[in-house]
Amino acid sequence: MTIVYISIPISLILVALGVWAFFWAVRSGQYDDLDTPAYSVLLDEETDRKNRKKRKGGDGSGTGE
Amino acid sequence: MSNTGGCFHCGEPIPADIHLSVTVDEAEQPVCCLGCQAVASTIVGAGLDAFYQFRPEPTGRPEDIAQGEPGRYLSFDEPRVQQEFVHRDGDGRCETSLLVEGLYCAACGWLIERSLADAPGVEEIRVNPATGRALLRWDPEQIRLSRVMAHMGRLGYKPHPVLPEATDSHAVRERRSALRRLIVAGLGMMQAMMFAVGLYFGQYQGMDEEYVQFLRLVSMLVATPVVLYAGLPIFLGAIRDLRNLRPGMDVPVSLAIGTGYGASVWITFMGGPEIYFDSISMFTFFLLVARYVEMAARHRANATSDALARLVPATALRLRDDGSEEEVPSRDLQPGDRVLIRPGTTIPADGVVLRGYSSVDESMLTGESDPRVRGVGGKVVGGSLNIDDSLEVRIEKVGQETMASHIGRLLRRAQAERPSLARLADTVGRWFVTVVLIASATVFAIWWQVNPALAFPITLAMLIATCPCALSLATPTALAAGTNRLAGDGLLITRADAVETLARVTHVVLDKTGTLTEGRLSLLESRALAERDGADARRIAATLEQHSEHPIARAFRLDGTLPAAESVSVTRGAGVEGEVNGRVYRLGRPDWVTGLSGGNALDDFSQGPWVLLGDTDGPIAAFRVADRLRPDALDAVATLHARGIQVEIASGDAPEPVREAARLLGIDQWRARMTPEDKLARLHHLQDQGAVVLMVGDGINDAPVLAGANVSAALNEGTALAQTSAGMILLGGQLGRLARGLDTARRTLRVIRQNLALSAAYNASMLPLAAMGFVPPWLAAIGMTLSSVVVVMNARRLARPVRRPEPRPTPLHALAGGST
Repeated sequence: MTIVYISIPISLILVALGVWAFFWAVRSGQYDDLDTPAYSVLLDEETDRKNRKKRKGGDGSGTGE
Repeated sequence: MSNTGGCFHCGEPIPADIHLSVTVDEAEQPVCCLGCQAVASTIVGAGLDAFYQFRPEPTGRPEDIAQGEPGRYLSFDEPRVQQEFVHRDGDGRCETSLLVEGLYCAACGWLIERSLADAPGVEEIRVNPATGRALLRWDPEQIRLSRVMAHMGRLGYKPHPVLPEATDSHAVRERRSALRRLIVAGLGMMQAMMFAVGLYFGQYQGMDEEYVQFLRLVSMLVATPVVLYAGLPIFLGAIRDLRNLRPGMDVPVSLAIGTGYGASVWITFMGGPEIYFDSISMFTFFLLVARYVEMAARHRANATSDALARLVPATALRLRDDGSEEEVPSRDLQPGDRVLIRPGTTIPADGVVLRGYSSVDESMLTGESDPRVRGVGGKVVGGSLNIDDSLEVRIEKVGQETMASHIGRLLRRAQAERPSLARLADTVGRWFVTVVLIASATVFAIWWQVNPALAFPITLAMLIATCPCALSLATPTALAAGTNRLAGDGLLITRADAVETLARVTHVVLDKTGTLTEGRLSLLESRALAERDGADARRIAATLEQHSEHPIARAFRLDGTLPAAESVSVTRGAGVEGEVNGRVYRLGRPDWVTGLSGGNALDDFSQGPWVLLGDTDGPIAAFRVADRLRPDALDAVATLHARGIQVEIASGDAPEPVREAARLLGIDQWRARMTPEDKLARLHHLQDQGAVVLMVGDGINDAPVLAGANVSAALNEGTALAQTSAGMILLGGQLGRLARGLDTARRTLRVIRQNLALSAAYNASMLPLAAMGFVPPWLAAIGMTLSSVVVVMNARRLARPVRRPEPRPTPLHALAGGST
């Protein structure tokens, strides 16, 4: 059981790291806007797909979309 | 290509003679005007048409094409102006925060970010739709601010530079600080609970004393920052309450946390049966969650009041004593300064006209679309638009003294008030707190006699169990959920108490101009006279009116190729004259137009809203120009009537148009020619009879009237000032949303009452149980947590869509596959 004397301090250090990471996130404004990034995931992928399609089709090389 | 669905971009109905479209995904989509076509083309051209799939509802109509022109924003490139709101950092980059109008959904934010992120010179663009702010970092060597702003305008949004306001950063700082505390409390709570589990097992199974001591020590270690850092606001609040001798909810809470912590520390060093670090950490965490929810709701509500910053233009032309002009930031204007206001520009501050004769458009403040004539000695108000001619104005009031600021202050004061239900909860809470404190002291005294060892834990459990944490969560969570739901339905809540009052509305008083009507003059009817071609006359009228800034000109706007007009001159109060294809025409007041041909005004058209087009031979066509009723006004009124609500009109307009509107909409009560005082009197009269009145308007409607109504709503297209003064904003000019919003508000109120009942029941039942010793502190903490969870889950019911009477805009792939 003496392992506890090592494991608990380690966990406390991890917690401290966690707190520091959160503080950094708050300071750099990660939590300021929680809605837009959700759309980015959906829309960016959709947009890139369409743009790639457009570029392929508009080539004039007639790959037949 | 069908017109039935409305404009693809803004959703408004398409006029019969407009055949514009935009190609999206190889399908032609109809749009209603050049503005929408321009914006939609920009979006599609940039490959961002995914925007249309994900926005929750159609965006508003772009107010004018010019908002996409860089020329509009050139003054913001001036270094003198930029020093007000642009921050330059070490390596020459510029940074600023812009207030962007028209940002009502996350998809809008994505659109702007995505389309600007790749522009050369733009280093960072971050848009927050919740606050309407866009953070921009750019390299002034590669791109100018005016171009970035023009780009946003082309996408259909209106950017405005924001003078760094204290309130903005204050809100951000408050929120971040609360978030940090929440994190520390949350993590500390989890750690403390983890160690507590170890300790409980130890008690049950038997554990070596040294490990017990170790666990107690580390529990103390993690609980200390929770109490001293995260819980600090609670202690400060309790001290403040005690100093004012008002028993607030912070007092017993602080007592519980403080004594729990103190006793646990004592026991850790001195020995004792139990420690309570886990209970008090949990306790602190949930209290902070409640406060955070309330604060977030309050911040969101106040974000829209920053609109006042927009009304003042960045620069003004000040006249020096020798008559020369200098361009100064509007902020530098002092009373006594003379300024020159060119036609088409905004008046920077309140003042009196020294020279010039022009008409001003005060619709920004009053909602009346008819311009007012101002001559020497006339008063002008900051924020209104100068139309015809240059005016020389002596500034009388600036900054905080202007009418716009004054009203803004009144409203901010009103906004700072907490919602009445929260105040009710506070009063009840105060009474409850006194009871709890007395009861705890009594219980402690009694148990000290009976069994001193139990006295402390029982009292602690009592303080924890009776803490009205669920009570304080009851209202904010329901309000937050209800407000979000309303926003999704197109009703933005800007004042916290609007929701509860909306639920109790019995009477709705509507303004006419701009509320029931569209607020701008439209061409309702054209009649060709003297056997002339109607379409031809229409085009001539359109080309003549292109040169006029008068609001009536917009009614004649025609897209497509127009014949050229030469030597166009505008005669104030009469009309516009010009030469088209060699002939001279006049368009305007009937008697002035017939003056060209020497005849008399035709009897049919001499009265009323008729505008005549005539040439040297006589009148060619007559146009009826008036303010059109909103298409959904009839439905909206009918729905309100169906809900048992009385609807009436109170308008400052002339009786005829008001009577007509009332007749068309099926409204019995209507009043015309009402001054703001009249409207206020009518409000009081209704309220004296016990009515709860909702006032709907788009002009400022004057502060006293707004303060007098129980709750007020402004239309999205209305004046910025109206939006800050009302309790809610109706998006998209859809009056029908009011009725739906009413239903949601009523449900919200029901949920709030349920929550209050639930939390009260919990506290009431726990009090005797804890007093008698049946509840150990950890159980009290868990019970409190559970009750909070129940309250929050109940509030979440509001977020689920119950019914969908209006279909959502169909996604593109469905449209392309279908047929019309």
